[in-house]
Amino acid sequence: MRIDPWALIVAVAVVTAAIKAAGPVALGGRALPPPAAGVLALLAPALLAALVVTGVASRDGEWHLGTEAAGVAAGGLVAWRGGTILVAVVVAAGTTAGLRALT
Amino acid sequence: MGRVPRLRATGDPRTEIDRPAFRRGLRAGTPFALANLLLSASFGALAVGGGFTAPQAVAMSAVVFAGSAQFASLSIVTAGGGLGAAVVAAAFMNSRFLPMGIVLAPSLPGGPLRRGLEGQAVVDASWAMAARGDGSFDRSFLLGATAIQYLTWFVGTLAGALGAGVLGDTDRLGLDAIYPTFFLVLLLHELRGGRGRGVAAAGALIALLLIPVAPPGVPVLAAGVAALAGLRRRPAASAAEDER
Repeated sequence: MRIDPWALIVAVAVVTAAIKAAGPVALGGRALPPPAAGVLALLAPALLAALVVTGVASRDGEWHLGTEAAGVAAGGLVAWRGGTILVAVVVAAGTTAGLRALT
Repeated sequence: MGRVPRLRATGDPRTEIDRPAFRRGLRAGTPFALANLLLSASFGALAVGGGFTAPQAVAMSAVVFAGSAQFASLSIVTAGGGLGAAVVAAAFMNSRFLPMGIVLAPSLPGGPLRRGLEGQAVVDASWAMAARGDGSFDRSFLLGATAIQYLTWFVGTLAGALGAGVLGDTDRLGLDAIYPTFFLVLLLHELRGGRGRGVAAAGALIALLLIPVAPPGVPVLAAGVAALAGLRRRPAASAAEDER
């Protein structure tokens, strides 16, 4: 690692706090125009789907489908069938670890 | 973050914390908080394995408290990347908090400073659960759900950082499968009402296509373009207007 972790910690903390504060500081007490509200309501599913995809299908900027993809799929199945998030992540990690032990 | 506000008697009853709602938030946040233990423990172990000291790993969780930004920036610096790239990746990962904060803003009382502070309580699960479905948010519920998650995020990182040496190779434990699963569960929660399925599919496709050509973090940010489909429909915000 060629950077000072403390510099990273401070910089990421400042950036994160600023992003989280921006909307509430600028917009408190006012409602958004309907078209903007419609777009914003759909941002969460779009970004979450993208985070899942980049989490399971990429490694170092390339397409890569590893054993963790199978684990995530197993965890997702558990959640879809009504399991809690805790059970889902335990199943995901356990499945991945099991597959890696076999290969 | 989990600032349990005891600021009372400010003259505005809207700034008081609704205690039953706060407790409901604590309860609703508990499953996510328990999952956070595993998630943050994996962060602590990976950070120490990558060259952070244990106090640095714990400090990052304490002051950043944003999992995707922490994992993204950590993976860049441990791969030899620079500070600028790591911070930009963290900012991209956190960019989703900008619209989340904008949507939340009308539900936050008080002046700009207070709203800015309470806006720090936005994390994915709390934000999604605190939405009333009419465009407004239960702020006390949000604060409660985040407080318990902040606690376990801190404790888990501490445990992971201190236990890193004992665990050895974290890859063997499948810890890297935990984070995408966390996002997948939140996504399933979002899609339960049937809304947003097409948008989620489009966002996933955009991200997938950009993985080999764009820098880390950009595929996720670009997927937000799919949400422009929301321009075509009328959001269910009129009910909230009547209530006020």
